[in-house]
Amino acid sequence: MSGSFDILIVGIGGQGTVLASNVLGEACIMENRTVRSAETHGMAQRGGSVESHIRIGGQHGSLIAPGTAELLIAFDLLEALRYRHYLPPGGRLVTNRRLVVPTSVYMQGLDAPDEEAIIAALGDLDLSCVDAAALAREAGSPLAQNIVMLGAASHHIPLASGTVLEAVRRCVPKKTVDINVRAFQLGRDAVKRC
Amino acid sequence: MAAQYLLGNEAIAHACLEAAIDVASGYPGTPSSEVIDILRMQDERPFHVEWSVNEKVAFEIALAAAWCGVRSLCTMKHVGLNVAADPLMTSAYTGVTGGFALLVADDPFAHSSQNEQDSRRYAHFARIPCLDPASVQEAHDMMVESFALSEEFGLPVIVRPTTRICHSKSDVRLGDVRGEHRTGTFRHDPKQYVTIPAHARLLHRHLNDKQSRIKKRLVERGFNHHTIRGETAIVASGVAAAYVQEVIPDNVSFAKVGAYPIDEEWLKDFVDQHRTVLVIEELAPVVEEAVRQVATTTEVSGKMTGTVPYEGELSPASVAAAMRRAGFAPTETFPDATPVQGVPPRPPILCAGCMHRATFFAMKKVFRDGIFPSDIGCYTLGLQLGAVDTTICMGASITVGSGIAHSGEERDVVCTIGDSTFLHTGIPGLLNAVYNGANIIVVILDNRITAMTGHQPNPATGVTATGEPSPPTSLEAICRACGATFVETVDPYDLPLLLETFRQAKERKGVRVIISRQPCVISARRAGIRRKPYTVDTEQCTGCGACRAFGCPAIAFADGRPTITDLCAGCGVCADICPSGAIHTEGRR
Ligand code: SF4
Ligand code: SF4
Repeated sequence: MSGSFDILIVGIGGQGTVLASNVLGEACIMENRTVRSAETHGMAQRGGSVESHIRIGGQHGSLIAPGTAELLIAFDLLEALRYRHYLPPGGRLVTNRRLVVPTSVYMQGLDAPDEEAIIAALGDLDLSCVDAAALAREAGSPLAQNIVMLGAASHHIPLASGTVLEAVRRCVPKKTVDINVRAFQLGRDAVKRC
Repeated sequence: MAAQYLLGNEAIAHACLEAAIDVASGYPGTPSSEVIDILRMQDERPFHVEWSVNEKVAFEIALAAAWCGVRSLCTMKHVGLNVAADPLMTSAYTGVTGGFALLVADDPFAHSSQNEQDSRRYAHFARIPCLDPASVQEAHDMMVESFALSEEFGLPVIVRPTTRICHSKSDVRLGDVRGEHRTGTFRHDPKQYVTIPAHARLLHRHLNDKQSRIKKRLVERGFNHHTIRGETAIVASGVAAAYVQEVIPDNVSFAKVGAYPIDEEWLKDFVDQHRTVLVIEELAPVVEEAVRQVATTTEVSGKMTGTVPYEGELSPASVAAAMRRAGFAPTETFPDATPVQGVPPRPPILCAGCMHRATFFAMKKVFRDGIFPSDIGCYTLGLQLGAVDTTICMGASITVGSGIAHSGEERDVVCTIGDSTFLHTGIPGLLNAVYNGANIIVVILDNRITAMTGHQPNPATGVTATGEPSPPTSLEAICRACGATFVETVDPYDLPLLLETFRQAKERKGVRVIISRQPCVISARRAGIRRKPYTVDTEQCTGCGACRAFGCPAIAFADGRPTITDLCAGCGVCADICPSGAIHTEGRR
């Protein structure tokens, strides 16, 4: 294929997908890798479904084609389901095991699958999951869920985990470095098959 | 410099520092906004940078600075250029002395826009050069060069990245920030700057005379280049060129167009050497039209043959599919991956505690069968609440509302417009409505900031782009000066008062203005304002569902019963809506 290692990070606007992608990009620079990424800005960030494409070793465009991602990282379980077609059959998904039900579901009386149903529907993938909210609280801030997820996914990212951790230190706000370093470690240690 | 990981817009902003600009102006608009946001926050190079009240104003500021010999930048999104089109067209006649780069970001797929117009058409229309980058690095390099090019030809130069450049990141190599400053001096030259007919006719000829030199120069500079590798060829521009390079076979020739106007001789020479040419570009078939004009026996495919889609954004997969349709064999085949069906959508939504939601709620309650022309901002998301009936362009809520009222429509017409949009182009609409006796209600959603594009200050905020205090514009005084006599300001978190004010307005005739004022929750949080979160008392809650229709994202439901999550911003409006008094601040009964 294109020779790049393609990671799609998905979540909800406000969950910090952009920061997570910044960490991976910074880590690529530290390891002298080329990198291309694309992210969602503007209106969709207001609580909408968002995606960040990161192509480690990428040389051309920043978009990943559906069906070809090497790794899908989902900050929300419902978003994992929405974007799973970016993975090839049996592809690798690291996901938060919780979901936030979209407000429009309540307002319009739509059906939303629950956690068990979604996990079952993702069962044909190489799936691992963490409870990002619980681990982020344990690390010291509910805002650190994005870094918990990066820690959990770090086993499968072709960058040294030390480099990624150093990139976390450089990218997060100064006051939150300790919390985020803890979040990364907790995510890295806690991840398991669902 | 070592490589850095930067957003396209960050690289573009840095390029302006490297080119030693002395004036920057713009109006926020996704995907262009971060450029001025970065320039106004940086401290590597001090110079005048402003958020102007609209794109026409911004354009004229930067143009005049360039007349005075300094280098200037003006930024906007594609639709902003419609607003600035008037000075744009004649600025090609007057020309410039200092380099003047106009950064206009296009938005294929209309990710956050009302249309998919192509700014390359404007460059063609005005007869000025346009640079069209294919990558973040190229956006940076072209931005640096645009100023020198502008000075060489004495013309404004459009730099036109698309969303996928502005909002992509990559490893980028930057140059050094230059230290020297120029001081502007206005040179009296009425033949250049006073475009009365006698002068305009001559200036038009000068503009036309420059064209052939520009075309040659753009090829010499390497913006337009090609490699011959076979008897079939692909011509691509912008980010599509990057997608093509991912999948083009070795025996297919490739021409990359990165600048306009295209030199016809260069293009013809390339086209003539091929049996078939496929043109791949986003938005309008600008390159394709040029190829068709020079092609004699070569078979040309592209948008006009239905080979490349006209609408939306291209991607590696759609480029490969177009190649296959045209008989090429892309080096990669992309799987046919379809999304899972039936996943509930997650559209963007007004924030928990957003003042727009409360205002829309009261508006809909009082004006049950009202007609709701609206405008462009976060509040366009009021569509989900049934509170937005029209949106066409900046400032059009009041004028569209006036037109509906003048058509003889008898239902109440209630227009909603944000503070920034009102100051952008809403004021003439209000003035016109009063002058011509429209029967409408105008609600100014005043959250003291330009929120949707990333919380930029505007004249109502009380600070400039660079953080200097400025007298906050009085919207009340502006509305009164436009001739409105009913001008009421309310706090939308005070739901009973808001409802009462809407009812009073409904009783009257003529132009009635309600200013609904409360800071945007995001900027309020950044300013350190904390409100106590609310909770639902499960014993008092009857499960009536009144709060469900309000649609606050901090209210979740399990088995039909509400709970309030940690997204709660403490606006308290749901507590006023609950008929059983079941919602309180935490710890209070
Ligand atoms: S950013 Fe501000 S204006 Fe926009 S939806 Fe959120 S609270 Fe409302
Ligand atoms: S007080 Fe009620 S309406 Fe306001 S943010 Fe909290 S839950 Fe939403």
